[in-house]
Amino acid sequence: MSETLFDPTLKKKKKSTKSKPAFVTEDEPSSGAKSTPASEMDDLSLGDGNEFEFKKKKKKSKSAAASAVDDFEAALEQAGVPNSTAPTNVADDVETVKGLEIEIGYQAPEGAEEVSYDKMLDRFFQILRENNPEMASDRQGVKYKIPPPIVGREGNKKTLFSNIKTISNKMHRPTEHVIHYLFAELGTSGSVDGSQRLVIKGKFQQKAIEGVLRRYIMEYVTCKTCKSVNTRLLKENRLYFLECNSCGSRRSVQSIKAGYQAVTRDARKKAHTTT
Amino acid sequence: MASLDNLSSFDPFAESGDSKTQIANQIHIRCQQRNGRKTITTVQGIPSEYDLKRILKTLKKEFGCNGHINKDEELGDVLQFQGDQRQKVLDFLTTALEIPKTDIKMHGF
Repeated sequence: MSETLFDPTLKKKKKSTKSKPAFVTEDEPSSGAKSTPASEMDDLSLGDGNEFEFKKKKKKSKSAAASAVDDFEAALEQAGVPNSTAPTNVADDVETVKGLEIEIGYQAPEGAEEVSYDKMLDRFFQILRENNPEMASDRQGVKYKIPPPIVGREGNKKTLFSNIKTISNKMHRPTEHVIHYLFAELGTSGSVDGSQRLVIKGKFQQKAIEGVLRRYIMEYVTCKTCKSVNTRLLKENRLYFLECNSCGSRRSVQSIKAGYQAVTRDARKKAHTTT
Repeated sequence: MASLDNLSSFDPFAESGDSKTQIANQIHIRCQQRNGRKTITTVQGIPSEYDLKRILKTLKKEFGCNGHINKDEELGDVLQFQGDQRQKVLDFLTTALEIPKTDIKMHGF
């Protein structure tokens, strides 16, 4: 599939695509060199000259643009695309806006109405980012990332959350605090087993746990003032305070409260048998 | 309405009207797992000026589920519904009772 999609249109596509620059760069060195000549020859055996002329023309008119894109891609490759999402996102943005710049320059004589507000806004942010990145740092900064929770099933009624230790370490929070929050939010109980895994009573999906963790981070990890995650959780006479290491702001956070627990039939049964 | 008392003495240096700071009269919607894939939804902290009984009745009819009022010593009356009705309860509270969304907190997964 990819080989047939690949051939001559790729050059054009590269310019117009606003998505997946990583895919393109990945493709270029590996499959591109091998597949293009063969498939091109096969496809264009009849209309050979025509097609090539067409291509040439295109190239001439857009040579500057194409080279710019290529330059950028080379830079991208040089920088190496790391596995974290943030840099690729930024790269994505950069490429799209580069494309936009070119597009705008290209289409200006034909129709000025193409310059929409969104495009202009994108362009503005691009320029802002290029010239003084610290002003638009909130989008560009290294995205906070924690490993996804590994959630499995233990038996029929329990859920195993195996990497809670690493996650809580990554967030610089005591594991007990995280566990406490999880239990309060999910309205269950559980325990930590021998190899630092959390056993939660009840069936929970990874997605659910992830959502709860996300909320935990919002409430107990991120600094509300500067959105930094470089924070500390301090306890001062029964009150928890969140202190930001990067901007020094300080705010109080709620203590974790379980709230109302509905009495289920199981609980009732258990209470009945114990008494 | 309950917050009017707090507003009567205005302190310009107090925290700006961040609803996150006033925790006292928040409504909590929780979801609790029962056996199997069944769940219970609890709604805690609905202001007392609303008639809980009427709310319960309409909600039961609307959601097509049973529910009841639990009386808790500390937390007051708590509505309880069968099944995961969190989103629906939230919608009801915000639209019909016109409670601001910031006063409502959804828990659970």
